[in-house]
Amino acid sequence: MINQLIQGVLLGGYYALIACGLSFMFSVMRIINLAHGSLAVLSAFGLWLLAERFGIQPFLGLAIVLPVMAAIGWALQRYLLERSSRGGALLPILTTFGLAIVIDNLLFEQFGADTRSLAPYIGSLSYDSWEWPGNIYVGKLAVLILVIAVALLGGLQLFLSYSSMGRSIRATSEDPDTAGLVGIDAGRANAVATAIAMVTVGIAGAALGMRATFDPYSGAPQLLFAFEAAVIGGAGSLWGTLAGGIVLALAQTLGAQLHPLGFLIGGHVAFVLVLFVRLFVAGRAGGLRTLIGRAG
Amino acid sequence: MSALGQAMKVERWTPASRTAVAGVAIVVIALAVAPLLLRAGLVDRLTALFIYVILAAMWNALAGFGGLVSVGQQVFFGLGAYLTIRLADAGIDPFIAMFVAGAGVALFSLPLSLFMLRLRGGEFAIGMWVIAELVHLLVNLDRLVQGETGTSLISLNAYEATTRRETIYWLALASMAALLGILFVVLRSRVGAAIQAIRDNEDAAASVGVRVVTTKRLLFVLAAFGIGMAGALWLATAVTFQPKTYFSVQWTAYMIFMVLVGGIGRFEGAILGAIIFFLIETWFGSAGVWYLVGLGATALIFSLLLPRGLWGAIEARWDLRLLPVGYRLVLSSKGQVARSASQISDHPTERVESA
Repeated sequence: MINQLIQGVLLGGYYALIACGLSFMFSVMRIINLAHGSLAVLSAFGLWLLAERFGIQPFLGLAIVLPVMAAIGWALQRYLLERSSRGGALLPILTTFGLAIVIDNLLFEQFGADTRSLAPYIGSLSYDSWEWPGNIYVGKLAVLILVIAVALLGGLQLFLSYSSMGRSIRATSEDPDTAGLVGIDAGRANAVATAIAMVTVGIAGAALGMRATFDPYSGAPQLLFAFEAAVIGGAGSLWGTLAGGIVLALAQTLGAQLHPLGFLIGGHVAFVLVLFVRLFVAGRAGGLRTLIGRAG
Repeated sequence: MSALGQAMKVERWTPASRTAVAGVAIVVIALAVAPLLLRAGLVDRLTALFIYVILAAMWNALAGFGGLVSVGQQVFFGLGAYLTIRLADAGIDPFIAMFVAGAGVALFSLPLSLFMLRLRGGEFAIGMWVIAELVHLLVNLDRLVQGETGTSLISLNAYEATTRRETIYWLALASMAALLGILFVVLRSRVGAAIQAIRDNEDAAASVGVRVVTTKRLLFVLAAFGIGMAGALWLATAVTFQPKTYFSVQWTAYMIFMVLVGGIGRFEGAILGAIIFFLIETWFGSAGVWYLVGLGATALIFSLLLPRGLWGAIEARWDLRLLPVGYRLVLSSKGQVARSASQISDHPTERVESA
């Protein structure tokens, strides 16, 4: 039981990691990028290619892949999102969905249907573990992923709060026109924010490849995991995302306990329940407010 | 101010649109007798076209008019097919089961709308996708379906091949005509005015007394019913039911492609988009992966460069409205259409430009 809780929390670290870019983009730009999962898979394939063809170890490969991801993020904002969000809030959803289809199928065209993994290229890290009292094995890679997720979420929070670029990004997300009046280049702030989000997506892709297998069509499930973790944690809140990832993973673990096919069902049910509860609480809170209003 | 002094009239029908509606009636009648003349393969292809038109029109109703972009409409498609299988297994005639299944999907969408419609924008879009995945997994648990192995609508075998093909064709044609008709009437009614007000500006619509959630729910349930029927019809043509194919996000991708290319928020646009998709599929469908890359890229390019789609471009170029669901303001003394004002009920984006 305790073992499962620990494994669930560690898996939650991965979900927080993949959700952090999605949550970040949503909180600063109000855009949900439907190509999020596909871009993570793209990064995983990039690392796989570097390892397979050129013998570059995935952790070193990140030094090449992450700048590329940042550039992709910059271009994504400059050439796609900036243009399509001018046509209303709904258009970026369709644009990024189209992009996801293009990425998935190009990956399929290039790499075929085989599932791949980065595990063979990272030595013993993929299976090394610490033994805890009570016959509990804690995988080193899973802990590393959780630590990276926490560090990234904390780093993003600090960046937004204290750096000058972070302030520009927050100002742009509050009110782009007024931000423009005080000399902030809104286009640049959003492009930087998207570039940062894509760096986290690149890292998440590496984590996906190291801890599990992936294929060209793995993007959609990753997008759904990221989205569920972000929504359960309260969309837009970075620390909530960590909690959301852990709740999602625990629900999946519980689901798998109840039924052999219950892993994914458990996660989806948790998502629906959270929506339900939020609806109920919102109704109750509204009722409370009128009560307090009347008393005052 | 001088313009206000002139005689004005509000116009809905134009000579072109009267001709168009008459033309539509003739086309439907011609299509109804077509299976007696066409060869079997062509009848099957036309059935597929009718199903595409239903899918496009229903997605357009939700996104183009209700402002609700969903990436999970495959849930209704799959559920329509699944319920047909279930009902047919219970001994109901497969053709009747299809309609009961459509109604069942509508019934399912009603409680779903209670909490899904609380979500906005992208959250609604992917939230629906999660629902689709959940329902897909739950359907897989049904022993009858045998997981991803799937099952077939065996009871259709009771009908002889030609009868079967023609019945499905006529059912698809009738469903398409009825759903388009319902949508046309709804959009032109008082509710339609509310729908277009919500699409243009939800908060402003609410402030003038439009019941936003009720109106959106109507579109949500209508779209669920239509897409459920489409799923049941697709099952009838394909016979086999594999959950993976029916609950695939591909279906929503097709809907988005058709509506984006044809013209989002334009009644005629969805029909045009479905015909274009049908032709592309006929010519390039065998290109496999590159065909899918092309579809995604086309949708992406249209969303960037031509967000009003082909029909939007046609409308703007020739000032043409064939199946009007809005009103236009005509300054009769000059005998010309006041362009800036004429767009009010039809085009949210142009309204901003003219303001």
